[in-house]
Amino acid sequence: MVTLNDYLIASGLLFAIGFAGVLLRRNVIIIFMALELMLNAANLSLIGFSRYNVHDGVPDYNGQVLAFFIITVAAAEVTVGLAIIVALFRARQTTHVEDINTLKF
Amino acid sequence: MMLFFGGMVILNRNPVASALSLVVSFIALAALYVSLDAYFIGVIQILVYAGAVMVLFLFIIMLLDLKAESRRRVNFPAVCGGFVVIILFIKVLSDVCYGFEGGNAKFPPISQGPQGDVWHVGMVLFRQYNVALQVVGTLILVATIGVVILSKRELK
Amino acid sequence: MNFTPWIILFAPFVSAVVIVLITERFKKLSSYISVAAVAISFVFSVAVFFGQDGTGSFNWIDLGTFQVKIGYLINDLTKLMLLVVTGVGLLIHIYSIGYMADDRGRSRYFCGLSLFMFSMLGIVLANNFIMMFIFWELVGFSSYLLIGHWFYRPAPPAAANKAFLANRLGDFGFMLGILVVWSASGTVTFDELSGRWSTLGLSPGFMTAAALLIFCGAIGKSAQFPLHVWLPDAMEGPTPVSALIHAATMVAAGVFMLVRTYFLFEPSATALGVVLWIGLITSMLAALMATQQDDVKRVLAYSTLSQLGLMIAAVGLGAPQAGMFHLFTHASFKALLFLGAGSVIHSLHDEQNIWQMGGLRKKMPVTFWTFLIGTLALIACPPFAGFWSKDDILASSDRNIPAFLAIAAVTYLTAFYMSRLFVVAFLGQARSDHASHAHESPRVMTIPLILLSIPACIAGFPFIASIFIKVPEHEGSPIGSMVVSLVAFAAGAASGYYLYKDKAKDSIEIPLFEHKFYIDEMYGSLIKWTQDLLANISGFADRWVIDGTIVRGLGGITWGAGFALRFLQIGNLQAYAFLFGAGVVLLVYFILFGTK
Repeated sequence: MVTLNDYLIASGLLFAIGFAGVLLRRNVIIIFMALELMLNAANLSLIGFSRYNVHDGVPDYNGQVLAFFIITVAAAEVTVGLAIIVALFRARQTTHVEDINTLKF
Repeated sequence: MMLFFGGMVILNRNPVASALSLVVSFIALAALYVSLDAYFIGVIQILVYAGAVMVLFLFIIMLLDLKAESRRRVNFPAVCGGFVVIILFIKVLSDVCYGFEGGNAKFPPISQGPQGDVWHVGMVLFRQYNVALQVVGTLILVATIGVVILSKRELK
Repeated sequence: MNFTPWIILFAPFVSAVVIVLITERFKKLSSYISVAAVAISFVFSVAVFFGQDGTGSFNWIDLGTFQVKIGYLINDLTKLMLLVVTGVGLLIHIYSIGYMADDRGRSRYFCGLSLFMFSMLGIVLANNFIMMFIFWELVGFSSYLLIGHWFYRPAPPAAANKAFLANRLGDFGFMLGILVVWSASGTVTFDELSGRWSTLGLSPGFMTAAALLIFCGAIGKSAQFPLHVWLPDAMEGPTPVSALIHAATMVAAGVFMLVRTYFLFEPSATALGVVLWIGLITSMLAALMATQQDDVKRVLAYSTLSQLGLMIAAVGLGAPQAGMFHLFTHASFKALLFLGAGSVIHSLHDEQNIWQMGGLRKKMPVTFWTFLIGTLALIACPPFAGFWSKDDILASSDRNIPAFLAIAAVTYLTAFYMSRLFVVAFLGQARSDHASHAHESPRVMTIPLILLSIPACIAGFPFIASIFIKVPEHEGSPIGSMVVSLVAFAAGAASGYYLYKDKAKDSIEIPLFEHKFYIDEMYGSLIKWTQDLLANISGFADRWVIDGTIVRGLGGITWGAGFALRFLQIGNLQAYAFLFGAGVVLLVYFILFGTK
């Protein structure tokens, strides 16, 4: 029997994996993909809650609606982010995030 | 499977392999959604994410012509710090989850109406969250325009 | 309410106001107005003298539970003082018309004199501490104006400042004393206080402290040690001012106040002892210093100090009546002496050094004889007035051997320096041009001299004095003290005469006395030391504490914080993410699980 906790733990682990990716990878693109993983993990947990919050036999669709929005917005964010990365790449000729440190004091 | 491929995403050195692992991860996630009776969201996930977003990623990787990453000097303290944070995070997560009574509840007892969940989601979406919907639509438009501007080369 | 006391009090005030506002330019008119005001006060004082005792007041500040009254208190003491103040004051006013005849600040002078009379009468008539304090300060202020009358010279303003500051020091203690008495007994009126004070059940230490604080006012005003330094310098003022203020009235205000508030001192033997010894010390010091002075006014000033010391000592011996008696006689002959000195100074064209005088017997007969009478009265030669009053003081001390000896010694010294003064200034040959061309003063100046010499002669006799004052009676043998005082006076006079007869310059040089025991120098260096210390501390505080710590400290803290926080701007994206994640984890942990 699958309980909500299972879904939550799965979501959490996925989030942790994504976070680890953000922290530990040097390539900007990979970091971005890990960011997407994190968003999706959140989505999973949202859908899980939506499914388990049942009113009169009908699941609480608010969670699903929110997940829908997240997907949409994440898509928009990916486009813009990638455009920025492209511009950055053109300026710096590198995708290593450590080399992008001109905001250092 | 989702988790496994998620791990592959971050561990791969080749960005293309990374991207493909991400696609598989998404598909697995969509399957999880369906298992939660969230059919609409699952389909949307595949359509939008795996279809559009990942394709975009692959385009960019191609565009920037990224090779496999070469080994670089590892910044040991940073990596350790990162690991510590991750471990802590997982610990907190497990604490939360095991403290969460409702989570151990069993089965979701549902019985939906005959319309299927797409109808329901649509209803909620267009009734209560109509404004938000329109705003998100505008957001996408703005993002498109922004991308166009950002990718202009400097006019000589 | 009886209006007479108010007329006495306010007539000089009106005169002062009129002079300063209206008749400033008409100098002669101003002088006449002033004299007229004092004459009015004198006439009414005589009326009061033969009238009833009484008291009356009205509320000046009324705050419900607390009222400050302005009122008068007429009893024997008041009547006597009124006569002394207005009588001597009137004669001095008349004399001033002559003495200040060529002075261009005459109106200012008479305005100051009237103001002074107003303030002094306020002290005499006051029926409560607060009113007395107000007028006390006013008297100090008027004396400041009068001492510094010739303000365009360098010395008088400095002397005026010194007088005012020394007074102020004493007044500070006085004010504390008033507050202590008031808080202890709840009233400041003399009548109520005298009845209540001894029944309040206060500890002896407390009563002593209160009495001594009040005595501080007398120390300042009557120039006792250690605040005596202002009186000799106050001789920078015109001679009639010295006569009025510093011989007859203002300095006597301290003694008057002590006698008025004697009920505060009575229960405390310690306070009386302190009073006695301060009086005696002042007396001795002043007498010693007087033997070496060369300026006629300074000799007289120190003589005043010495006699004041004796009066205060009399109060300290438990014989306030003897002190008042001496005050009464002293007022007349000291004023006489000062006016006589003024006459000499005036006719010798402002020469004050006695070694430049001499041979004035033939040239200024009236001055000569009146000065002689005054001198004899001062040195306690019978049957002149001083003999009786000084004898009284001596007799009161017959149970206190050190005091007795001290007073006898002072008598000797008084006779010595006064005869020195007289012999050098008046007898022998003229020692300077001015002296040989001296002439007698105009009648407006000599008549007061003559008038003053009358009480100097006769006021001592018991049957006359008892009209004015209750002459104290003594058990024991008055003969003993009389003999001692006779011996002392004779010895002093003789030694003075023989040592200084026909001398051209001073044969005895005692620098310690001549330089006033270097007390002024001590004060000067003390003040300088204190000021330097304060200035250094303030400078240090300003430089290090305010500038360094506060101003630069704040700036430094901000700078330091900025410097420290700069290190957070690493520029490394992942580091930011790391911190972010760590923060979130910690936050979630603490929110959910709290700090155990």
